[in-house]
Amino acid sequence: MFGAHGTGDTSGYGGLVRTPAATGSSERPYGSYFDDVADDLERAYPGFSDAIERVVVDRGELTLHVKREKLVEVSKILRDSLKFEMCMGVSGIHYPEQSGRELHAVYPLLSITNNRRIRLEVSVPEVDAHIPSVVEVWAGNNWHERETFDMFGIIFDGHPGLTRILMPDDWQGHPQRKDYALGGIPVEYKGATIPAPDDRRSYR
Amino acid sequence: MTTFIDPYSSSRETTEGTVFSVTGGDWNELVTEIGATKEERIVVNMGPQHPSTHGVLRLVLELEGETVTEVRCGIGYLHTGIEKNIEYRNWTQGVTFVTRMDYLSPLFNETAYCLATEKLLGITNDVPERASAIRVLMMELNRISSHMVALGTGALELGAITPMFFAFRERERVLDIFEMISGLRMNMAYIRPGGVQQDLPEGATQKIRETVKEMRKAFKDNATLLIGNSIWMKRTVGIGYLDLAGCTTLGITGPVLRSTGLPWDLRKTQPYCGYENYDFDVVTTDTCDVYGRFLIRMNELEQSLRIIEQACDKIDKLAGAPVMVADKKIAWPAQLALGGDGLGNSLDHIREIMGTSMESLIHHFKLVTEGFRVPAGQVYAAVESPRGELGAHIVSDGGTRPYRMHFREPSFNNLQSTSAMCEGSMVADIIGAVASIDPVMGGVDR
Repeated sequence: MFGAHGTGDTSGYGGLVRTPAATGSSERPYGSYFDDVADDLERAYPGFSDAIERVVVDRGELTLHVKREKLVEVSKILRDSLKFEMCMGVSGIHYPEQSGRELHAVYPLLSITNNRRIRLEVSVPEVDAHIPSVVEVWAGNNWHERETFDMFGIIFDGHPGLTRILMPDDWQGHPQRKDYALGGIPVEYKGATIPAPDDRRSYR
Repeated sequence: MTTFIDPYSSSRETTEGTVFSVTGGDWNELVTEIGATKEERIVVNMGPQHPSTHGVLRLVLELEGETVTEVRCGIGYLHTGIEKNIEYRNWTQGVTFVTRMDYLSPLFNETAYCLATEKLLGITNDVPERASAIRVLMMELNRISSHMVALGTGALELGAITPMFFAFRERERVLDIFEMISGLRMNMAYIRPGGVQQDLPEGATQKIRETVKEMRKAFKDNATLLIGNSIWMKRTVGIGYLDLAGCTTLGITGPVLRSTGLPWDLRKTQPYCGYENYDFDVVTTDTCDVYGRFLIRMNELEQSLRIIEQACDKIDKLAGAPVMVADKKIAWPAQLALGGDGLGNSLDHIREIMGTSMESLIHHFKLVTEGFRVPAGQVYAAVESPRGELGAHIVSDGGTRPYRMHFREPSFNNLQSTSAMCEGSMVADIIGAVASIDPVMGGVDR
């Protein structure tokens, strides 16, 4: 749990940057209702093996890694045949180390009919950050996609009005990317200077 | 020579037409001036500083006479970058950030965050039962205080001032209980990964039981004032209509979804914190309108009181049981005691780490400064907040700080339905419709 790895520097100044490990795909049986979901999707969607890159079951949650070209197709099947009526938005993640797939978009889905949850994940390169919009499938993803565009710069093709939503319209950059500094100014307190959170010593 | 423009009441020509600036004062002049123009279509900017928009919500309305033809929401005025900030703090400090998102339901934010963190740590089943019962108790108290603001301000915005007084009176009682238990009335950071920050003080459940009795009586005040009141009915029945198909496609949850007759409540359907052991009903109506949502909130108060009473029984039965996971590598070393200068680490604990055990001191120091590591992976944990499904999507890279945290905020999502609810209705009905969504801008903008 504790302890430094690698250089053994425990001062907090070493900048021991950790790279998140990509989890491999899971093997059948997945357990719980995940096998049913995978079976149903394979039956309803003949292009399953082509569209789904990986199936990951981790901590009791199922993640389907979908190719971006097939996202809308798969979404429609999931909504209509597998009864995932609701999409709980989209959350971006930036992994600068995963070259070629730096930006991920994660869609948590909810089926009210079957009381099930799964997750779709799409990864795209930073230089070509385009993902087809699923607003035509789940209209409620409109604002969520605008937020992810605002924060990560992922462009959702086919979105009815992809503009910034939380940051001002003329803002430069996408704040939630890892190369976007948090910013802040040092604070002086009783004679001592406390650096901004970005520059504070920290254990990574 | 420059022409003088009166900043308080003026009109100017732009490429989009004449723009009128409206502030306080006499509107007669303005009304005559607008009447003189041939335009039937007016675009009105409402907010972000407007008493009826629930905080800093901006609504851009397109009107034909008094009928609303188009509504657009402008949000982001309260964006504070909490999701970014949290990537620079350790996992325990994260609680103090998420509690400030939706400021009317801080304990739900904390619980969602902690449930997700515990799932990442793989300690979901190790959280002590007493801690879960305290979480349920606190959440249900919070649901009451949140619904009280929804009902009180909702009524106030529609012109009824007394319900607001009654609602805030009851909310005060709940905040007093929060203060007694956590020391703070809002933004408590009371629920922590692995349990809760500290145990209930002496006599807390007794005090809560008394308060529950008083509240049960006092809730009737608002019910008698509003239910069946002809003005209230005219302002709410059939207003802000959104049916089940609309709700599912827009991802709407919470009271708005339940007002379509669908009993979807995560506490029943996907229980967490031991909700499956409590006896309560999911309240629904089938009117799909503002009145239905108002009734749901009114009746959910009673269900929350029922849960609170059961939680008190459970907590009393588990007297002396721990409120934090046993794993000392995760449990925050907070053996708190009330000293002469307020609440702080107990002198016994200080004596132990400073005087007797070097290892304890090192452990305390490492846990507080560095924090615990969380295995890499991603999870999504959802709770039923007063406004609907509040989901925490958290990614860990195996370090001492969240790699990415995103909150699926019900206010943010539900506010999208404003257009669907209001287009085609009268201007005055927008207020009621937005109030029935009960958006909290702290949660919307984060």
